[in-house]
Amino acid sequence: MPMDAITPADELHHEDDHKIGFIQRWFFSTNHKDIGTLYLIAAIIFGLVGTFLSGLIRMELAAPEIGPLTHFVLWGVEGATQAEKIEAAKHFYNTVITYHGLIMIFFMVMPALIGGFGNWFVPIMIGAPDMAFPRMNNISFWLLPAAFLLAVVSMLVPGGPSGNGFGGGWVLYPPLSSTTGHPGPSMDLLILSLHIAGISSILGAINFIVTILNMRAPGMTIHKMPLFVWAMLITAFLLVLSLPVLAGALTMLLTDRNFGTTFFDPAGGGDPIMFQHLFWFFGHPEVYIMILPAFGIVSHIVSTFSKKPVFGYLGMAYAMASIGFIGFVVWAHHMYTVGMNVDLKAYFVAATMIIAVPTGIKIFSWIATMWGGSIEFKVPMLWAIGFIFLFTVGGVTGVVLANAGVDHALHDTYYVVAHFHYVLSLGAVFALFAGWFYWYEKMFGIKYNGFLAGIQFWLMFIGANVVFFPQHFLGLQGMPRRYIDYADGFVLWNQVSSFGYLFILASLFFFFAVVIESVVRRRKADANPWGEYATTLEWTLPSPPPFHQFNELPKVK
Amino acid sequence: MRWIAVALLSLLSLPAMADGVPVDGALGFQPAASPLMEEITSFHNILLWIIIPVTIFVLALLIIVVVKYNAKANKVPSKFSHNTMIEIVWTLVPVIILLFIAFFSFRLLYLGDVFPDVDEAEVVNVKAQGNQWNWTYTYTDVIVDDYPVEFVSNPIHRGLPGEPEGTADAPRNLAVDLPMVVPVDTVVRVQTAASDVIHSFAVPAFGIKTDAVPGRLNELWFLANETGTFYGQCSELCGKDHAFMPIEIRVVTQAQYEAWLERVTGNSVEDARQYLAEITNESPVQLASVQ
Repeated sequence: MPMDAITPADELHHEDDHKIGFIQRWFFSTNHKDIGTLYLIAAIIFGLVGTFLSGLIRMELAAPEIGPLTHFVLWGVEGATQAEKIEAAKHFYNTVITYHGLIMIFFMVMPALIGGFGNWFVPIMIGAPDMAFPRMNNISFWLLPAAFLLAVVSMLVPGGPSGNGFGGGWVLYPPLSSTTGHPGPSMDLLILSLHIAGISSILGAINFIVTILNMRAPGMTIHKMPLFVWAMLITAFLLVLSLPVLAGALTMLLTDRNFGTTFFDPAGGGDPIMFQHLFWFFGHPEVYIMILPAFGIVSHIVSTFSKKPVFGYLGMAYAMASIGFIGFVVWAHHMYTVGMNVDLKAYFVAATMIIAVPTGIKIFSWIATMWGGSIEFKVPMLWAIGFIFLFTVGGVTGVVLANAGVDHALHDTYYVVAHFHYVLSLGAVFALFAGWFYWYEKMFGIKYNGFLAGIQFWLMFIGANVVFFPQHFLGLQGMPRRYIDYADGFVLWNQVSSFGYLFILASLFFFFAVVIESVVRRRKADANPWGEYATTLEWTLPSPPPFHQFNELPKVK
Repeated sequence: MRWIAVALLSLLSLPAMADGVPVDGALGFQPAASPLMEEITSFHNILLWIIIPVTIFVLALLIIVVVKYNAKANKVPSKFSHNTMIEIVWTLVPVIILLFIAFFSFRLLYLGDVFPDVDEAEVVNVKAQGNQWNWTYTYTDVIVDDYPVEFVSNPIHRGLPGEPEGTADAPRNLAVDLPMVVPVDTVVRVQTAASDVIHSFAVPAFGIKTDAVPGRLNELWFLANETGTFYGQCSELCGKDHAFMPIEIRVVTQAQYEAWLERVTGNSVEDARQYLAEITNESPVQLASVQ
């Protein structure tokens, strides 16, 4: 079967040494590696936008009273008073937190982990010449900038009575997102943007599933697949099963807004809580969509630098599969305060806590992989170890939040913000950087400066902890999320949190310094910089890999 | 490992400086002012005794690995990749810990969610309706001229015109012009509803939080076991002034509650407000939070 799959690619494509024009290579690309690179570049650009927005949040919250954001509103409005600017800033703040969340999730983490590393390394790791549907791959990518453009435009057009953009949070709950809360075109554009981003992801996911199921090299059985490929396969299934539900909810919202339906409007027999159920039926698997590829990357890095095989390979693979499965039946733990039946809450408490078991298996298996190893603390390994510890911190606060009784006190407070940033901003993002520095030399064929990259890691590690750890205290003390201004009892930890943001900015400066230094110096990378324990197929290819790899399929023993 | 947990726990139980107001620099929950919040706090303390050691355990393992199995200390890596026994252990031990947590968790959940078995005649019923951006409180048992007593509780923005006198020192972003008033040691049923978008009625010191959803009537209960002023804030993003629709609950003695009701039912909002100010001045120790 793999032989069939490569035949059309050979007919359509040029010889390896054929020079392709810039436009044709980067805009009409059907090559999984080029598309992977495009995804990574896009994720970096979109990520910078998301980071800028988080900077606005921390700047505003650095001190009580509404201040800094008043300088970002009502530009070009002659004679706007300070009071008017404060009113505008309140809505602007809501749009900032909304688009920060949406951009980081849909346009940074997902494109980087799935589109970027997934495209680059899934075909190589299974010994395939390319993805199953190379042209669909091209569409998958190019829908993404289109979706991003729509999101940006949506931020700039009228949203509600209070200003431009949609300010209802990334969860888009109606009636705030219906015409009651945001009558303007901004929300419609945002729905369109998420529809398109969703189509992009679904097409990509179908591509991954078909590729992984049909195009593995001879001898590579399911139980011999590298863990990153396992992670991508499970992630792709989660995407295919959950995104259509989001699309359905968004479509109903769109018709509620524009065509007089009342799916979510109690005045016509609808129910706003129904949207929340549909949203979180997508939204909860979504968080595993973001973290499972991270699990895969960390497994490879830990094994490579410990110079040992992954401990409990099958346990690791099936732990991910069970996390993916249970991830579909726990969604309402995001909704403990909506007025749910108490027995239903009890079920969701139990189901949610079960996830801690496979997650624990993964954490301990990584440590067991390192146990007895001969560990080299290269840059990717630093990120991976940082990931394991910080993900544990985010995991145990997740166990706290799983208990509905306590969640009545913590729901929608900064404790939740701290929790999900520990698993995403310090979890998924740490794994993202780990993957970036693990595969950088492979992807681009040049070496980076490990010292500069190490500085970046430590700045990020310190910064992310200083930003997010104090937010646990704010949440316990009762500070609600999504507040532009807080009571005087929340000043200190907000100041500390905003201070930590400076470390993250400095860390990003070093990130770009590493990239620029490596591009300027152009030190040729080795095919395998990490030694004999980097066992997956990408290390058998030169760095960077040829335009088409595995014209003759590798045999896996 | 033990002393860190002890130190953290002792920090979490800082002495109460005021009731129902967030305290700057605090590390834990606000002091409990209801039996439910006491239960939440003690359950959360149990959780801390589990999650802090677990985190420290993982950190300790990582430190051992880093110290003992770095390339300098251990030149030849071992080859093992399976150990059935340890895999069974790290599957079963978390299961046991989770069962232990679940036992207390379900008890707490049902305690908070199931309305207590008390004489309905002694229950105070208040409907809290969230609006953009204030709360309307309806005392559904207190009927005047066939209508229940109802008033709007607006936030006080310090320094803005139109705010009641003598409130300049009320806590910023928390105080309102007309608080909800309830008697101490009495079960209060709050029904939440909303007139526009979703809001959420929350008071940290009582451990309560329930969304106010258009088209639905949700219910929560609390029993305040000390008098004082307790603040909460809207806890579901509801638009521009989401951060500025606080909840203030004044817990008073039964006699004071009845005296206040008399003034409210006399339809004199100003009179009722005056009365609350008076009893604040009468007993400054009890109501120390209004600094």
